[in-house]
Amino acid sequence: MKEIVIISGKGGTGKTVITASFAVLAKNKVLGDCDVDASNLDLLLHPKVKEKHDFYAGLVPILDIDKCTDCGLCREVCRYDAISTINNRTTIDLISCEGCGLCAHICPEAAIQMQKNRCGEWFISETRYGPLVHARLGIAEENSGILVTLVRQNAQRVAQEENLDLIITDGPPGIGCPLIATLTGANLAVIVTEPTLAGIHDLERVVKVTQHFGVKAVSIINKFDLNLENSDQISHWCDKNKVEVIGKIHFDNVIAEALVKGLPVVEYSKNRVTEEIKDIWQRLEKLINIK
Amino acid sequence: MPRGNDAGPMGVGPGMIISIASGKGGTGKTTIAVNLALVLAENKKYKIHFLDCDVEEPNGHLFLKPVIQNKESVKVPIPKIDYLKCNLCGKCGQVCVFNAIAVTKEKVIVFPEICHGCGACTLLCPEKAITEEGREIGILEEGRTDSISFIHGRLNIGEPIAVPIIKEIKRKAMKRYRCRLQEGSKAEGQEIILIDAPPGTSCPVIEAVKGSDYTVLVTEPTPFGLHDLVLAVEVLEKLRIPHGVVLNRCNIGDSGVEQYCRKHNIPILLSIPHDREIAAAYSRGIPMVSIDSGYKHKFSRLFENIVQYAIYPNNKQ
Repeated sequence: MKEIVIISGKGGTGKTVITASFAVLAKNKVLGDCDVDASNLDLLLHPKVKEKHDFYAGLVPILDIDKCTDCGLCREVCRYDAISTINNRTTIDLISCEGCGLCAHICPEAAIQMQKNRCGEWFISETRYGPLVHARLGIAEENSGILVTLVRQNAQRVAQEENLDLIITDGPPGIGCPLIATLTGANLAVIVTEPTLAGIHDLERVVKVTQHFGVKAVSIINKFDLNLENSDQISHWCDKNKVEVIGKIHFDNVIAEALVKGLPVVEYSKNRVTEEIKDIWQRLEKLINIK
Repeated sequence: MPRGNDAGPMGVGPGMIISIASGKGGTGKTTIAVNLALVLAENKKYKIHFLDCDVEEPNGHLFLKPVIQNKESVKVPIPKIDYLKCNLCGKCGQVCVFNAIAVTKEKVIVFPEICHGCGACTLLCPEKAITEEGREIGILEEGRTDSISFIHGRLNIGEPIAVPIIKEIKRKAMKRYRCRLQEGSKAEGQEIILIDAPPGTSCPVIEAVKGSDYTVLVTEPTPFGLHDLVLAVEVLEKLRIPHGVVLNRCNIGDSGVEQYCRKHNIPILLSIPHDREIAAAYSRGIPMVSIDSGYKHKFSRLFENIVQYAIYPNNKQ
């Protein structure tokens, strides 16, 4: 089984638009959406949810105000400034709380209990293009890395059960926890970049992350004609750093038009962007050695 | 970031904290933050502090080009075991909810990357065998342009947890800002802190926008932009931060975002059409107010709108 992840470092470079088109072009695959903060793949693939599961992770403190003597010990030990005294009463701010549980351990009155936290949900769905495993992290919740791992594990399980040999995953932006959870152990990272200074800066950082975790990376320069000089610079940098540029895509309004229609761009109309994405997919197939 | 009674929105106090955020990445947060900073800095009345809190992928410096004057390491405390005292009782492993410590028959294994530095192991060790040492997770750089003071952070490659760096950026800025406020009349202008936040809706975003007087949500008029805007609005409602929308590339896509804003009484503070010339300038690191002076006026208006809505958040329209 092969696992391809589409990542970018910088947000908004076109990860999801490209992933959705790969979903149309690829055969025998499971799709995963690991951008659990702000997942968008479902807006193009229109999944029918088959299974829905609650996601529990981490703990939240529940304060028993009858037992609490407002001694302030919990406030003193909390490193996240999550506990304060308001009108002489101890109050816990669950948004600042990271759920470490130190307050519960240290409370002399045992007035704080740590409770399991439901912080999101995840789904196994059916789409016209194959199964999709996706998730939604609750607003202002933590533990995105754990939820990403859950999405990947289930995508792998579905692939095994249905005898599919490929997983295509839409990744999150950035280089932190959710990205690392998406990347580690994948067979290939496809980095979507754009020829802007910010795009180049963020590409360099995300490539270093792929190297750090030993995942082979290739890149796609999206909107390459926006700045040809920068696109050349990206190509040179990629050559030097052994990241093959597997394709370039024109800047074209057709992408926004397809998005508004809720369609992967390769299904929307015949246009140059569609041809470019098809070429890229053919190269990718060869690269990961699938039929 | 707690604020004292001496600080408040413009017009009712001597300063203001404005954060620029978005659910979806790549909608133009940095563009809006940078152009707003540049326009406000032209007015001698204001002192602008730019905080780039997107520490995973900081980009503000590419446009503002500050001269960096100070660089420091951001460290988080991780446990260090004193084996002369440790009897391998296993308490530290039990109390660590992040699974960052495992106790075997021979030793205590610490996994520094996933340690949240809560201090539970250190405080709860019955033998007092744990002390803490700092471990670098990133850096913080301070500098300035001619007219803007600048701080950003950079998460080290391979590190998962960005929040402590964002906290440190804000702590530093707040300290400086509060000092100035206390100097009173010596501070010539009104202090404005502009925070460029990371994308998403989880912990790094919360940390970046927390304590703001107002948050500007930058989005684009596509189904993706709308979907992620709705999530970002939920975050701000939860944090009780007044907010409005900047609609970027307003001439592509559909009217979904506008309809949503109208229905939920969220002001659209500024609309910016997609313009290939602006996009090309952006790609070279040139802000739009530098190529089209008409935008100076628009960004001044944006600020006036923000001030208005920040002072009267309940009177949205």
